[in-house]
Amino acid sequence: MSIFINDASKVIVQGMTGSEGTKHTRRMLASGTKVVGGVTPGKGGQVVDIDGHQLPVFNTVAEAMSATGANVSVVFVPPKFAKAAVIDAIDATMPLVVVITEGIPVHDSASFYTYAQTKGTTQIIGPNCPGLISPGKSNVGIIPADITGSGPIGLVSKSGTLTYQMMYELRDIGFSTAVGIGGDPVIGTTHIDCLRAFQDDPETTAIVMIGEIGGDAEERAAAFIAEYVTKPVVGYVAGFTAPEGKTMGHAGAIVSGSSGTAQGKKDALEAAGVKVGQTPSETARLLRAIMGR
Amino acid sequence: MDLFEYQARDIFEKHGVPVLAASVATTADEAGKAATTIGGKVVVKAQVKVGSRGKAGGVKLAENPQDAREKAGAILGMDIKGHTVRTVMIAAAAPIESEYYLAILLDRSNRTFLVMASVSGGMDIEEVAHTAPEKLAKIPVSAVDGISLAKAKEIVAAAQFPADVADQVADVLLKLWDVFQGEDATLVEVNPLVKTKDGKVIALDGKVTLDDNADFRQPDHEALVDQAAENPLEAAAKEKGLNYVKLEGQVGIIGNGAGLVMSTLDVVAYAGEKHGGVRPANFLDIGGGASAQIMADGLSIILGDKDVKSVFVNVFGGITACDAVANGIVQALELLGPKATKPIVVRLDGNNVVEGRAILAKAAHPLVEQADTMDGAANRAAELAAK
Repeated sequence: MSIFINDASKVIVQGMTGSEGTKHTRRMLASGTKVVGGVTPGKGGQVVDIDGHQLPVFNTVAEAMSATGANVSVVFVPPKFAKAAVIDAIDATMPLVVVITEGIPVHDSASFYTYAQTKGTTQIIGPNCPGLISPGKSNVGIIPADITGSGPIGLVSKSGTLTYQMMYELRDIGFSTAVGIGGDPVIGTTHIDCLRAFQDDPETTAIVMIGEIGGDAEERAAAFIAEYVTKPVVGYVAGFTAPEGKTMGHAGAIVSGSSGTAQGKKDALEAAGVKVGQTPSETARLLRAIMGR
Repeated sequence: MDLFEYQARDIFEKHGVPVLAASVATTADEAGKAATTIGGKVVVKAQVKVGSRGKAGGVKLAENPQDAREKAGAILGMDIKGHTVRTVMIAAAAPIESEYYLAILLDRSNRTFLVMASVSGGMDIEEVAHTAPEKLAKIPVSAVDGISLAKAKEIVAAAQFPADVADQVADVLLKLWDVFQGEDATLVEVNPLVKTKDGKVIALDGKVTLDDNADFRQPDHEALVDQAAENPLEAAAKEKGLNYVKLEGQVGIIGNGAGLVMSTLDVVAYAGEKHGGVRPANFLDIGGGASAQIMADGLSIILGDKDVKSVFVNVFGGITACDAVANGIVQALELLGPKATKPIVVRLDGNNVVEGRAILAKAAHPLVEQADTMDGAANRAAELAAK
């Protein structure tokens, strides 16, 4: 098992005909993902050849779903058009929409998140995220597929490169699913959503949770772990040295006054019984000690 | 981006929020002239992006233009919590009867928008929230529906605004929503919103935070950037399209991905504890494509920081290939030539790491040394900076 995606996932790419969309469609196909088509408004009816795969292009997500049976959409549409693309997917009742695009105005992401909640039929991951991978089964987004294979660790992270780093540190053990939930202030899938899914996934036996400064998602996750998660969880939090009031790369990574600090998040996680590493490598060692690997 | 009060005031006026006549001045003479134009008593207000300026002596009532001139002269150049006052706002003085509070903001925790409203305005709202939470109404606002007249009336009732100002406050709310949505703001705060002695509701002081991600559809926002306050290195980095934040430290940092770079800063700070308290000098995320030009731009910004004693390049090759990064470093050092003077510790891992490390080894640049792990590289960079 895995969470959110598996070897039966059929994926369409919104923005497949753009340069980023094409590049990552190629990479997803190479890692065995069942990419079944793309959506670009105005280009419906075209067929794109990507490394010998003949992929049909549709004008809308609804058309793509009815023609291909797709149940996952991954969005590479530029910020200006991203909201319309996600709304199109929600209107089509696409079950899972993974928004890779960085730089979407927060009014747009708050709006499509609220809209998805109202409709109740679409889970959004991201925006501003690397996507998710269930190694050997499906790879939706931009996470490199060759870092490691499948295994018993579940990983949830706000950061893309820290996801890769942690997968690399623990590459000999492997992962059930690694989810990059994104570094924006408003995201569709939270640490808590992933922790719940990993707790309920029989293949996952241990969990790594990576957080960073800004907001209170890690504090909430800590409370959730204390209440619901019985599997071992190790944590890492980035941004101890970040000054107050400065955005550190990710739109959501900002300490405001005394809230959103790395220390506050670490303290909350430790109070919930989560071992928190001082560096990514130490975090990996903590997990190894727990797993006896 | 946080705005100055006068910028918030101008945006309020543009969207029809009632404000008082005001203008800005950067000299005492200008302030005197502005006071003459406005007429009567005026308030001279320091323009700084920190709270509690009143307590720091940054807000003064002036009886006449000559008085305004003198008060402005005293306030200009003041240091308020590390912020130098370069501009004052001269605003008409209003006879205040009551002070209220209104704000619309992004509520990250609940992934929605939120209105906060109180009839106990004027003071520190965080203190009100802490000591008398019942006096601060918090009403969620849907990011899809926004604030309609019905919603505005609901908020006014929930916050228990007096009947004689209810309609005016509801109207202000509608216009503040127009500011919030129309300008892509993440915070629009009015504190205080006042009722004057003649019964008018006016926004007396405002705070606005804008979403930088929306710059592509907000062409007017670029002009609001406070260039005088920008760190010169940050300004130079911005011009090159680099994501750079200046910090107080000695180890220059270059990495790929916001999370990994934040983590690199922390790891350097920990390592630095063993080397006389050496700290990271900056945040710099070069993102996915580490071309020679991006690497050269990044290195030249970092080497332009006189506090930097060593540099740590920390790259995990996900999509980026380590050989491309290594070539970028080698070519960047060629581009920089004699301008590159500080030792550079490089840690490469991930995609094409063997090729990448081989390229650096072959180039054998005297300033460059490689480390196998992130923690080891951080330790070495801190050690070099402490020398």
